[in-house]
Amino acid sequence: MCLAIPGKIVELDSQHSQMALVDVVGVRRKVDLGLLQDQAPVLGDWVLIHVGFAMSKISEADAIDQMRMLTMLGEAQAAMEEVRGYGLGDEEREQRTSGQPGQRFIQ
Amino acid sequence: MKFVDEFRAPELITKAGEEIRRLADRNRHYRIMEVCGGHTHAIYRFGLKDLLPDNVELIHGPGCPVCVLPMGRIDDGLSLAAQPDFIFAAFGDMMRVPGTHGSPLEYKARGMDVRIVYSPADALKLARNHPEKHVIFFAIGFETTAPSTALTLVRAKAEGLSNFSVFCNHVTIIPAIRAILDSPDMRLDGFVGPGHVSTVIGCRPYDWIAKDAGKPVVVSGFEPLDILQSIVMLLRQLRNGETKVENQYKRVVPWEGNSAALRAMAETFELRPYFEWRGLGFISQSALKIRSSYAQWDSEQRFSVPGIRVTDPKAAQCGEVLKGVLKPAQCKLFGRECTPEQPVGALMVSSEGSCAAYYNYEHSKTVRIAGAASN
Repeated sequence: MCLAIPGKIVELDSQHSQMALVDVVGVRRKVDLGLLQDQAPVLGDWVLIHVGFAMSKISEADAIDQMRMLTMLGEAQAAMEEVRGYGLGDEEREQRTSGQPGQRFIQ
Repeated sequence: MKFVDEFRAPELITKAGEEIRRLADRNRHYRIMEVCGGHTHAIYRFGLKDLLPDNVELIHGPGCPVCVLPMGRIDDGLSLAAQPDFIFAAFGDMMRVPGTHGSPLEYKARGMDVRIVYSPADALKLARNHPEKHVIFFAIGFETTAPSTALTLVRAKAEGLSNFSVFCNHVTIIPAIRAILDSPDMRLDGFVGPGHVSTVIGCRPYDWIAKDAGKPVVVSGFEPLDILQSIVMLLRQLRNGETKVENQYKRVVPWEGNSAALRAMAETFELRPYFEWRGLGFISQSALKIRSSYAQWDSEQRFSVPGIRVTDPKAAQCGEVLKGVLKPAQCKLFGRECTPEQPVGALMVSSEGSCAAYYNYEHSKTVRIAGAASN
């Protein structure tokens, strides 16, 4: 329940200003930015995601630490399952990108 | 201790352990409650208890949303969704939680349309994609999750989506802490405050615990070092005779919380006069209901809800474990009738529940040792 998943904003949705494409260890999904409207994130920002909504902005170093911690907690798989599950059959399919920070922590 | 080498900054972990031993008065027994189920999971997973001296005891708090939900609410939600042309959507954590006549997963096996969603926004999407059906989103969670449900309600109203409603079980952490402090059989010295709940509500709501109840609070992150540092900060306050709220998790938790999230909650929710918590009973103003301005998207205002009340199985002692009065293994059913595969109580279902955490890490260790000894 309390999973907070770090992701990097890789695309802002020009049509829906509240949505952004976020990359989590190579998996890209749309998340809702509506809860961060007082500190509007920009492209390249790192956020903590909870149930499909960005909850807070964090630094890149903290994002990498957070992913490592999820791995240590044995919850990295559940986190990735959650991220993959966002959007139920959305047209965005998993796009693996190489060299993204954090990738080395997930097998 | 065996995990220490795998930690980040193992030398700091060892130092924190030493500092805890130095600060803890040997003639005193400390009872510190970690409020959040995420912390409970981390404490067991990392074997942090092995790093603490015997007189620093961690008590597991009520911060596991699945665990504190009374069975009657599950029955209510499922009975609503049992109507023809309804879809029951909930997070995966809910799927194996037993109701009187089975878990959501068992209802699904019997033919109910039950869907796992990973976001309330996806439940909304289900409604968009199935205009011929009504989607009930069974919402659970503390203040970490409630803002996401709130924004989903705002979006549903803005779209005028009429085949979607939320069965709201959101609860708030402060009244639960108050109930625990009021409980006569509970004596606590301080609190490890929840991390992600505090990203939303900030640190101010804990002020009364320090000022009025006279107990220190340290809002903590989830890494082993975070939790140990928080215990150091608590012990330091206790040693100096201080009681204040401190924020160990500054890298994520702003002191004032998240104003946009709080606004979304204020727009859509109001406090229920009272709400039943498993193990803690009825607690006044401890849960959120949907405002009448959103009545059309509230399953409870829109449909007739049976209002089922179910007492927990008598032999199960979930309540005592939830309040920290009993340790998981002291419950009569633990590890026998009640296991993660066949849970009787909700504390055994969620990975954040103290029984499941204890079973998966401590109990299996004990059984392995016992098994090896008898061979």
